[in-house]
Amino acid sequence: MRPLTDEETKTMFEKLSKYIGENIKLLIDRPDGSYCFRLHNDRVYYMSEKILKLATNISRDKLVSVGTCFGKFTKTQKFRLQITALDFLAPYAKFKVWVKPGSEQSFLYGNHVMKSGLGRITENTAQYQGVVVYSMADVPLGFGVAAKTTQECRKVDPMSIVVFHQADIGEYIRSEDTLT
Amino acid sequence: MASCSVEDVLAKAERDEAEKLKGITVNKELDLEFDPGNLLAFDKNRIDTREFKDGKREDFLRSLARDNTQLLINEIWKLPTERVEEVIVAKLPEPTTLLPREKPAPKPKPPTKWEQFAKLKGIQKKKKTNLVWDEVHKEWKRRWGYKRAKDDTKEWLIEVPEKADPNEDQFAKKNKAKKERVARNEYNRLKNIARAQKIKVPGMGLAPTPKQSKAELAQAVNIAKISTASVGKFQDNLPKEKKPKNTGKRRKFQPLIGDFSSEKQKQLDLLKVMDSKKPRLDITKAVNKQMREEDMEARQKNKKDFGKKGQRGKMSGKGKGKAGGKGKGQGPKGKGRKPQMKQGKR
Repeated sequence: MRPLTDEETKTMFEKLSKYIGENIKLLIDRPDGSYCFRLHNDRVYYMSEKILKLATNISRDKLVSVGTCFGKFTKTQKFRLQITALDFLAPYAKFKVWVKPGSEQSFLYGNHVMKSGLGRITENTAQYQGVVVYSMADVPLGFGVAAKTTQECRKVDPMSIVVFHQADIGEYIRSEDTLT
Repeated sequence: MASCSVEDVLAKAERDEAEKLKGITVNKELDLEFDPGNLLAFDKNRIDTREFKDGKREDFLRSLARDNTQLLINEIWKLPTERVEEVIVAKLPEPTTLLPREKPAPKPKPPTKWEQFAKLKGIQKKKKTNLVWDEVHKEWKRRWGYKRAKDDTKEWLIEVPEKADPNEDQFAKKNKAKKERVARNEYNRLKNIARAQKIKVPGMGLAPTPKQSKAELAQAVNIAKISTASVGKFQDNLPKEKKPKNTGKRRKFQPLIGDFSSEKQKQLDLLKVMDSKKPRLDITKAVNKQMREEDMEARQKNKKDFGKKGQRGKMSGKGKGKAGGKGKGQGPKGKGRKPQMKQGKR
């Protein structure tokens, strides 16, 4: 486990800011204690200082996970967000998409969101903007990337993709063994 | 009956004995020629072709081989034997038959430059004794090499020649001369090998490789770059030039549990920098807004037109408006400001 280098921090923040914009500040500067990002096994974990200090008692090869995993760095040093980060993305999300109850299941099985399944969408969503996907009962289901702007969404046919799927909470079951 | 059977048994025993004896002694018209050193026997007897051509060819060959092997083994038993660790061992004499070699005879080595010269001049090798008498140490020593007689490198005093510079180190000079001779000899040796294999004779010093690989070229460039007085500090980079790998610099990370407040400050600064680099006017956003305004205008127009025509159309319109209500609620704040800015720019 180690702190992220400047370069790694930048790549991660750039990815995070696609979903929560400048709200990253709220993750770093928290009133309820000091929180930090740490890299372990190419994965970025977000944890409080207290937990970090406790985790130092565990040897590196035995430590599987600590705090909340935000995602992992690929071998080419790109950053991929994981579904586990949803707990911190959802409250601060700038752009949201609500999915109709009928297509909730389809999304949770890893499919893109079609126009037909689109319940609501935040105004002014740009194309390829990172969005958090909610059910109509405001339960965060996952996140993705807007395939169309809000304006275009009104005009497209029902079978066209509106949100590209990136992660959903179905992964907790589907890829249980790789999510740490 | 009983006597008869006894006779029978005796006769059978006699026959067995004869069979056994016959097994050891083999009669041949011509005696075999032996070479026990090679465990070899030559049978010069004629082969009965009739017997050979009969169907019993295999049996004939087998019995012939057995007989001849028996003779060879008889011959071996005639040799002096001794007992080594419970095993009887015969001492084989020197082989007399010359066997052909397995591999072809090696080609003669191509002559070295000196051998060519010596042949031309008729110089012949003289055999010299390996050991010579050393007068100083009063003992026999090698003619050359380590611990040789009259070793001039072990002199503790060297006379400075008359014409030489008196400050010159004669020992160092001798050492240098020796080293040069060794190097020269090595170079000549390599040249001889190259000539024998018909490769181009390498020049003095480092031979340049004919075609450098990409990695080698990159390494050469990197070395050339840092070979300046300022160790390459002020060297310009080409666009898209890759940084050299493995320059001996190790990655260094911040401590795991270090100064949390400074870490936080650093991240906040980074965020500020990232924020400032964002474009002020998002063109797609602006275009979207424009499109939306046009949509709204069109809708307003529709509303005006059909406003007085019954409630149903109005209701559905309201429902739609409510669906995007939350997003809209946030929207107007930004919207209220930005269009003005846009107008100002125009």
